[in-house]
Amino acid sequence: MLKVIAKRFMGLVPVFFGITLISFFVIHLAPGKPTDIQTSLNPKVSYEARIRLEKLYGLDKPVYLQYADWLKRFVTFDFGRSYTDDRQVSEKIAERLPVTVLINALALILILGVGIPLGVISAVKRGSLWDRLTTIFVFIGFSTPEFWLALLLMSLFGINLGWLPISGIRSLDFEYFSITGKALDISRHLILPVFLSAFGSLAGISRYMRTSMIGVIGQDFIRTARAKGLDEYAVIYKHALKNAVLPVITLIGLSIPGLIGGSVIFESIFAIPGMGRLFYESVMARDYPVIMGVLSIGAVLTLLGNLLADIAYYYADPRINLASEKEL
Amino acid sequence: MISEFLRNKMAIAGLIFISAILLFALFAPVIAPYDPTHIDTKNILVSPSISHIFGTDTLGRDIFSRVVYGARISLSIGFIAVGIAVLIGVVFGSIAGYYGGRLDSIMMRFVDMMLCFPTLFLILAVIAILEPSIFNIMIVIGATGWMGVARLVRAEILSLKSRDYVTCARVMGGSDWWIITRHLIPNAIAPVMVSATLGIGGAILLESALSFLGIGVQPPTPSWGNILMDGKSTLGVAWWVTVFPGIFIMLTVLSYNLIGEALRDAMEPRL
Repeated sequence: MLKVIAKRFMGLVPVFFGITLISFFVIHLAPGKPTDIQTSLNPKVSYEARIRLEKLYGLDKPVYLQYADWLKRFVTFDFGRSYTDDRQVSEKIAERLPVTVLINALALILILGVGIPLGVISAVKRGSLWDRLTTIFVFIGFSTPEFWLALLLMSLFGINLGWLPISGIRSLDFEYFSITGKALDISRHLILPVFLSAFGSLAGISRYMRTSMIGVIGQDFIRTARAKGLDEYAVIYKHALKNAVLPVITLIGLSIPGLIGGSVIFESIFAIPGMGRLFYESVMARDYPVIMGVLSIGAVLTLLGNLLADIAYYYADPRINLASEKEL
Repeated sequence: MISEFLRNKMAIAGLIFISAILLFALFAPVIAPYDPTHIDTKNILVSPSISHIFGTDTLGRDIFSRVVYGARISLSIGFIAVGIAVLIGVVFGSIAGYYGGRLDSIMMRFVDMMLCFPTLFLILAVIAILEPSIFNIMIVIGATGWMGVARLVRAEILSLKSRDYVTCARVMGGSDWWIITRHLIPNAIAPVMVSATLGIGGAILLESALSFLGIGVQPPTPSWGNILMDGKSTLGVAWWVTVFPGIFIMLTVLSYNLIGEALRDAMEPRL
């Protein structure tokens, strides 16, 4: 098993470098330079100073050499220094990463914990009132702009009802709380962001689960299980569910980029100091080292998520031979 | 197939709504009661009434007129971005599927890689660096959304290319170009249309998210996303600025989703 995981992992390495290569070229080949704000837009800066600044950041070299430099430093986990405040990029990311990972992990748990049962029940009670209600919920989930829903819920629960805090991850008087008080405070701050991050994918997963489950229930081995006198509970939850959940597992891997991307939006709405906000700020300031750093970490998270989904798939269905499978 | 589609009441409702929005976009100057960019300082944040059915914003601009004109921008971004995505996806998928082998596996690896990008991050980086404009937004949404279509087309072509009629065309001396464009793509296009219909909704949502972050369509040009964003700071006192454009986004995307699902059901009677 370890060997299989190692092999899959090695397969992800070229994908990772491909992603960084494309990001690097897209960002660096765009017209204009990040030093423009400090130089050509500032009449006091001489031509020589401008050249010196570009040299300092290595921006005078051809792009492929710049990428080679970046790669060389990356291998030693050095993302360089931020153009805006000269701090280590790895340090800036490290302080922002935990919140984003926490929110996305909780969202993922919510998606699975609610989405799968929702889909299964809809499939089992196909055509019932419950099924119709979830179908409506699913279509609304697909179509609602999540940031819009975020604004409405924020104004309802945060301002009109005053039940939940509307920004940040902790209250101003956080330091004075007991440990349980602190945990409670953080969870109160995270309720809306986690729910909203999960909302769209929740609808998607429950829909796929329903389709997959309906497909499985129609198969012969389910009829056999019923024919040999198993009770309905065992048929559905032991025989059908195991088979139906397989295609959904791979979908989870694919939904991770969306979750990470969505953190830009939710972190800016709820003023959460996470990676998405860091990315937004660095993009606005054309802070190349930070942009590249966040994109790389985002890619690592996505690829790890896919790897985990593969491993889960392997456990759920040992017939799958991960080592020989070219495309999963 | 058409009668199958027509039996789906929800899809018909979607079709009617989309048609209405298209009429809004086409005849915006006739339908909109006010100039969407006209600033009227005497009527700031007027709540919905007979003279301003959706109310006005912080600059006194009529929200209904802005939503009507915004339909032009939001719909054209949806159509053109998806058009670009379909074009790239069909070309990419048919080359990979038809030629197969090494080329196919390299091309599909590339697709896998693109699917691992947090797309919103990439779009954000590109647009912020290239200057946000309607044109750039269309290109970037299209250029990051073609992978699904490429996979669909490739899978279809893989199963089509060994059919007898294709072999027949080749025996008669048809070139690869002729076979791909005349025989394979027309037969592989049906599932692409479903995916494109669903994609238009996705593109509209993406544009609104970008406008919301301030890097989408730039003011004063109204798009549903940036009208909504204008209302963000006054949500507590003037809900109408945020709520109405949001409802239009939701219903439009919902309609495209319903139509797409109905098309899929009509084409795949198995489910």
